[in-house]
Amino acid sequence: MNNIAQNTIWFVLLVLLQVLIFNNINLLGHTNPYIYIAYIFYYPIKRERGRFLFLSFLLGLSIDFFSNTGGINAASTLFIAFIRLSVLSSILKKTDFDFHQFNIRSISFGRACTFITILTFTHHFILFSLDYFSLKDMGSILSKSITTALLSISLILIGIISFTKKK
Amino acid sequence: MQQIFKFIEKYKYFLLFLILESFALFFTIQNHSYHRSKFINSANTLTGGIYRQMSSINDFFYLKKENRLLSKENIHLKNLLSLSPYDLDSVVSEQIDTVNFYQKYKYYRGKIISNNYTKRNNFLTINRGEKHGITSIMGVVNSYGIIGVTNSVSKHNATVMSILHKDSHTNVKLKNNDHYGSLIWNGKDYRTVQLVDLPRQTQVGIGDTIITGGKSSIFPEGILVGTIKDFEKQGNDFQLINIKLFNDMSALSNINIISNLEQKEIKQLETANE
Repeated sequence: MNNIAQNTIWFVLLVLLQVLIFNNINLLGHTNPYIYIAYIFYYPIKRERGRFLFLSFLLGLSIDFFSNTGGINAASTLFIAFIRLSVLSSILKKTDFDFHQFNIRSISFGRACTFITILTFTHHFILFSLDYFSLKDMGSILSKSITTALLSISLILIGIISFTKKK
Repeated sequence: MQQIFKFIEKYKYFLLFLILESFALFFTIQNHSYHRSKFINSANTLTGGIYRQMSSINDFFYLKKENRLLSKENIHLKNLLSLSPYDLDSVVSEQIDTVNFYQKYKYYRGKIISNNYTKRNNFLTINRGEKHGITSIMGVVNSYGIIGVTNSVSKHNATVMSILHKDSHTNVKLKNNDHYGSLIWNGKDYRTVQLVDLPRQTQVGIGDTIITGGKSSIFPEGILVGTIKDFEKQGNDFQLINIKLFNDMSALSNINIISNLEQKEIKQLETANE
């Protein structure tokens, strides 16, 4: 019960942080970090994958509601939620690790970094591809994904290090 | 039958993923089509309400700037008023016949409660809705120039498709020679938009002023847009005309919403011709 309440608070908090503060950062006039995907990295990996997929869809959709973007955040967040487990097991080189024990702070910093970088970049790439919606703008899509991902990753890492306990 | 159940059991997460993803893609594609009633928009009560609260805090910090802007506009309007022709006779001889006046455009005031300009397709949210007489497809401007066109409308809020949007095509013309073109945005810089479909014989120069053309049923003629920043010509054809906007799209606050009272009539005529 405690866990569910905690997750709900994080959910609402991340959505509000994203739409009220981080969507208005406009670094160098055009870069806004997407920090709400930290929810995907921190959500405990347990057996209930169905609920996790549904929650991540809902998380993306909430952001879309605020920023009038149709379903681009929902699509990209759901995608990284779906590939999260396979990315994690390929980074840790284990096929079956203990789901209940896992926590982003329990693995080494380098591995956590790789994990976050892969998922964030995938998320941003899908997001901007769906936003631009044309192959002609591939250059802009890639450059925007990379610059935004750099900013998002650094903010997410700072956030995770300062607001969670090391296990 | 059992095999189908086994299949579903084995791939249930993948199937769930596919279903939800197709929902998300459906919303995305729906958002790309112009003027469709949309389910995902920030004009609803919850999102609009949150933006409204946040905007009332933000406003406080911009009071000084807004005041200066208003007094500037007042001075401009007062100067226009004083331009009236000389009255040689002190007795007003002309009677104003109200039958001769006809109103085509009606203006409403409003404020932007959520501004966007960093994405490829930008929507703004304003604090005026059905309750205040706003409907979709109304022009949104401020004293510096055009901003966009209203899109989804709820009871208290509405979303505005910014001119910084892939589907935004505004009819504009050159101020000095009445040649018409269309205003689009290539998604690169929010200060610069592009002018296309300008006739090849048009004489253009850097610094020429662009205003709205009044050929669409949304904006009246003569609303400011921007000046020509640079252009490329290949042979006789224009390749690219960049326009520097008068409006700073990153700092918008008070706006006017323009309703064309003849819009319905024009639409009816146009559909009758088809």
